[in-house]
Amino acid sequence: MSVLASIRPDDWNFPLFVHVLGAMILVGGLLTGASALAFARGEVRSLRLGYWSLLAVGLPGFVLMRIGAEWIYSKEGWDDLPDEADEPAWLGIGWLIADLGGLLLLISLIVGGIGVRRLRAGKGTGLLKATLVLSLVLLAAYVVAVWAMAGKPD
Amino acid sequence: MNLDDWILALHVLSAFAFVAGTIVFWVLIVAVRKTDTPEGTIRMEPVVKVGNAATGIGAGGTIVFGVWLAFSVGGYDIWDGWIIAAIVLSAISLATGQRTGVAYMQGMTKAQELQSAGQSEPNSDLLALNRTSNGVLLHGLTTLVLVLILIDMIWKPGA
Repeated sequence: MSVLASIRPDDWNFPLFVHVLGAMILVGGLLTGASALAFARGEVRSLRLGYWSLLAVGLPGFVLMRIGAEWIYSKEGWDDLPDEADEPAWLGIGWLIADLGGLLLLISLIVGGIGVRRLRAGKGTGLLKATLVLSLVLLAAYVVAVWAMAGKPD
Repeated sequence: MNLDDWILALHVLSAFAFVAGTIVFWVLIVAVRKTDTPEGTIRMEPVVKVGNAATGIGAGGTIVFGVWLAFSVGGYDIWDGWIIAAIVLSAISLATGQRTGVAYMQGMTKAQELQSAGQSEPNSDLLALNRTSNGVLLHGLTTLVLVLILIDMIWKPGA
């Protein structure tokens, strides 16, 4: 693995940089959003801060990570693999978590968006609590994804 | 996975924590610019603690596991130029990050003083401290150095 890293062709580096930078921004957005929502204790400004962290930091991070993932996937030639050949486990884990995570992120943003609108109307914070739970699940899932992509288990 | 693979995974996870903590502080920097009340400032303290924990654990883990890998993985040595560059850049980021914390803690300390004195109204001095341009500059520098570390880790110049 380390030998592979040292002989990685130069033109793989920028797509990998985009992928890793996007993933870091995504995790940062999730950590900020989850923290602000968790410690808000019903306070409107903190709840909004948490939601907007997910929307304005987490979502662009996800898009950048996903673009980088497709790019490096193509550069490394995984899309040219014959149908009968199996992809390595770390790649499968990464795909699964990225795609399911993207869906969960979208759901959490929709639920949270409705929650923020309800806040304006003076209604409860239940939907933003659901967003908090989803963002914590996502954070845990992406930690597993980072472990798999970095450690490359068999 | 062998031990080096695990250490590499922990090294990368630590780097993610370091950057995630830095992003937490960017969001707080933006949020605190509109905050002129003691209560509003103090309310951010738990999130500041999350950011501090992430950057502290992340920076420590990145350096410790990174040095381990430099000694353990064949083909890399601690005196390789890109590894020395990463260590120097990490030291710079820790120094600028610590100074960023000092700059923003002035606002938090002022908010606590105002609250202790029973003042809850908007305060222009507090707003000025929360909008420290020195703090923004230092945090921008920390972020730039972290991006340079990431570039150094991926391109490994000279390896």
